[in-house]
Amino acid sequence: MSKAYPITDHTYDCVVVGAGGAGLRATFGMTKAGLKTACITKVFPTRSHTVAAQGGIGASLGNMDEDNWKWHMYDTVKGSDWLGDQDAIEYMCKNAVAAVHELEHYGVPFTRNEDGKIYQRPFGGHMKNFGETPVPRACAAADRTGHAILHTLYQQSLRHDAEFFVEYIALDLIMDDEGVCRGVIAWNLEDGSIHRFRAQTTVMASGGYGRTYFSCTSAHTCTGDGHGMVARAGLPLQDMEFVQFHPTGIYGAGVLITEGARGEGGYLTNANGERFMERYAPNAKDLASRDVVSRAMTVEILEGRGVGDKKDHINLHLEHLGPEMLAERLPGISESSKVFAGVDLIREPIPVIPTAHYNMGGIPTNIHGEVLRPTADDPEATCPGLMAIGEAACVSVHGANRLGTNSLLDIVVFGRAAALRARDTLKAGAEQKPLPEGSAEQALDRFDTLRHAAGSKPTAVIRDEMQQTMQSKVAVFRDEKILTEGQASIDAIKASQDDIAIKDRSLVWNSDLVEALELENLLTCAQATVHGALNRTESRGAHARDDYPDRNDKDWMKHTVTWTEPDHGVKITYRPVHTWTLTDEIEYVVPKARVY
Amino acid sequence: MVEFSLPKNSKVMRGVEHKAAAGAKRIKRFHIYRFDPDTGENPRLDCFEVDLDACGPMVLDALIKIKSEMDSTLTFRRSCREGVCGSCAFNIDGTNTLACTKPIKSIRGAVKVYPLPHMPVIKDLVPDLSVPYAQYASIEPWLKSDTPAPTSERLQSIEERRELDGMWECILCFCCQTSCPSYWWNGDRYLGPAVLLQAYRWIADTRDEASGERLDNVDDPFRLYRCHTIMNCTNTCPKHLNPGKAIAEIKHLLLKRK
Ligand SMILES: Cc1cc2nc3c(=O)[nH]c(=O)nc-3n(C[C@H](O)[C@H](O)[C@H](O)COP(=O)(O)OP(=O)(O)OC[C@H]3O[C@@H](n4cnc5c(N)ncnc54)[C@H](O)[C@@H]3O)c2cc1C
Repeated sequence: MSKAYPITDHTYDCVVVGAGGAGLRATFGMTKAGLKTACITKVFPTRSHTVAAQGGIGASLGNMDEDNWKWHMYDTVKGSDWLGDQDAIEYMCKNAVAAVHELEHYGVPFTRNEDGKIYQRPFGGHMKNFGETPVPRACAAADRTGHAILHTLYQQSLRHDAEFFVEYIALDLIMDDEGVCRGVIAWNLEDGSIHRFRAQTTVMASGGYGRTYFSCTSAHTCTGDGHGMVARAGLPLQDMEFVQFHPTGIYGAGVLITEGARGEGGYLTNANGERFMERYAPNAKDLASRDVVSRAMTVEILEGRGVGDKKDHINLHLEHLGPEMLAERLPGISESSKVFAGVDLIREPIPVIPTAHYNMGGIPTNIHGEVLRPTADDPEATCPGLMAIGEAACVSVHGANRLGTNSLLDIVVFGRAAALRARDTLKAGAEQKPLPEGSAEQALDRFDTLRHAAGSKPTAVIRDEMQQTMQSKVAVFRDEKILTEGQASIDAIKASQDDIAIKDRSLVWNSDLVEALELENLLTCAQATVHGALNRTESRGAHARDDYPDRNDKDWMKHTVTWTEPDHGVKITYRPVHTWTLTDEIEYVVPKARVY
Repeated sequence: MVEFSLPKNSKVMRGVEHKAAAGAKRIKRFHIYRFDPDTGENPRLDCFEVDLDACGPMVLDALIKIKSEMDSTLTFRRSCREGVCGSCAFNIDGTNTLACTKPIKSIRGAVKVYPLPHMPVIKDLVPDLSVPYAQYASIEPWLKSDTPAPTSERLQSIEERRELDGMWECILCFCCQTSCPSYWWNGDRYLGPAVLLQAYRWIADTRDEASGERLDNVDDPFRLYRCHTIMNCTNTCPKHLNPGKAIAEIKHLLLKRK
């Protein structure tokens, strides 16, 4: 196979796959530490999906009102419905303030308050005094915070002269006989060449897998490639059943309206014009956690109180905020509403609906970003040579439900943590063993087979079947019957990829093949998601089972670990949730009922 | 008289016709530029009939529908589909814009989709953008300051911060860059509107202490002064930014400095 595809070899200390917020923060951190680092990305860095983040990044700066990282930690634990690992959550929330100040020093154009400090707005689930009333904690650059952060991180990468391989598609990991990750194989779209990157450490920063759903806020490129590569390398995924539905995707288009819109005073109404969130969350109301608001909206619609001709969506009101505030603080969503819903926010409400948004699950790691390969004896065992960060990873700081603003935080805090770990554990330029014989064989076999695939089902057809199934069977409310159907369908659809057809046989910018490769990764993710969901017979965070409406800490206070089997099957094991904190600065937050 | 003609391989030939499915009622024709680097054949213009009753509202929706249902070899960049990542910039109906925010119904007659003009084409609608990317890096677009950063954030007033509005939002789609005739002729030496907009973004940032150096960097007959205020940049920007104004501000600052 390698004869048909000549290979260009590279040796680096570190190779980062992905140039979103997580990948860039790790890349220039490693470069700065003197490690020879390559960043491989399938899109030009500033086109990564971090660019779409709107509302803000969470940190208890206290610029608008008193705040404390311990409150932030408490909210994150509660938001996670106690599935989050509290040592990791402590690490993230405690480092948040420094991380945001660092971003400001790098040049992020944050919006300012009257004192000239970073402006902060309230966001869902972020409260004062261990859950009492909402607190402004989301540090914002208007409603384009992700754009501001991503561009700034790219600029810092240029400043540190980081090495990029842009529009390279990472295909598969290189694993040796001892189970060590030794690098990655990638395909250069521009000239069609194949590249083998050997590295002391490979970092997966490849983002989420939102495109498993038909209607999602994610970019077309959010296809879980890192998840797929890790699964093909025989490593597990964790907590994949937890998929966040954001309450306010624009009806029809799926484009996001930030929760910051409600943070600034926006509210939801049903067909009777009622502010129904008051019934579901008397305290936090429209600023309850996302899973809570999305379920409330879905109940309203199912009980016949949806708006519109088909009574199938909900209204989000911002008219009362006034044109000036909308222009200053929410210009991006004002534009999106006009373009995608034909709505002028100053005059009318926006039609919205819960939309697939974020993947809490992913590649399991510890707080240093090191990927786990848990065994029955050692649930914390790692896979040497491999790290994962950002939405691709599951540290787990988000548990069963992520709070808004905590992902931008996650990507910079753990991007930095991975760089620090590499600095502390690797020696720049250290000798690397030769790669095992045929190290590219498996990757190229898969590549070549797909490139010449001449089955009967086009990529787009299989993809559509998967997306429709996930949308209708693995959504906001789940039960055994519907999940069993969903699982059978997804298993069958996954098996049908052996019959895939593509038409473009070329090597230069063969986007037909790119989509087929991505579909394979998506299907791996979809399958882990539905298997995990059917298996978890309780309701927790974003995973809501009609047939098991309560959280069951006795049996289910544990992480789901899914292993993709070569025959398209899935094996499930578990890891205990960490019931300890990182330091004695804060006590473990004991599980209790989750009320907003 | 001397006769001038374009090189043979630059002629765009007539391409393949793809009919809409039988029964389609609201048909829109899309003429799409195709170039296959493997054959080295001349570029061609393929025509696709799209049933608008079974298609989303934007030009990108039509391109994706064509790729999914009619010809999966059609190649173009796309990602966020909401006007923030800057991937799907093409020349559509004669102007450079983003396919994901361009409504099909805003276009009368057939929809013509070409790659961004005057850039080397890699394949179909995918241009090589490495030159503008390198130009962007050449202005050193990061905050420079000799004053050590405070332990918390640097302060900036609401008014000072407002100076950056209309610049920091640039998504580097290069619609403006590739709409500029000066850039077409001198793209190797003229920085172009997108890059100059970013140069001014840093000059205007009160936290940055390298304005002098930044002005030196652009003070050049080609890098800056190839701008002849044609204003195609501002007219075409899909984010409604005004690179023309930023360039004028830079020229003004240089004049003041002299
Ligand atoms: C619309 C929207 C709004 C959001 N708003 C907020 C918010 O306000 N606050 C908040 O905290 N979070 C928000 N989020 C979530 C947050 O933006 C994301 O979770 C986060 O940005 C993910 O960053 P990342 O670096 O992990 O991945 P991404 O930014 O998705 O980057 C993935 C990278 O991996 C690369 N890649 C993937 N596969 C391959 C491959 N095979 N080969 C090579 N490269 C590859 C891509 O090119 C890309 O560079 C929002 C999300 C969305 C969708």
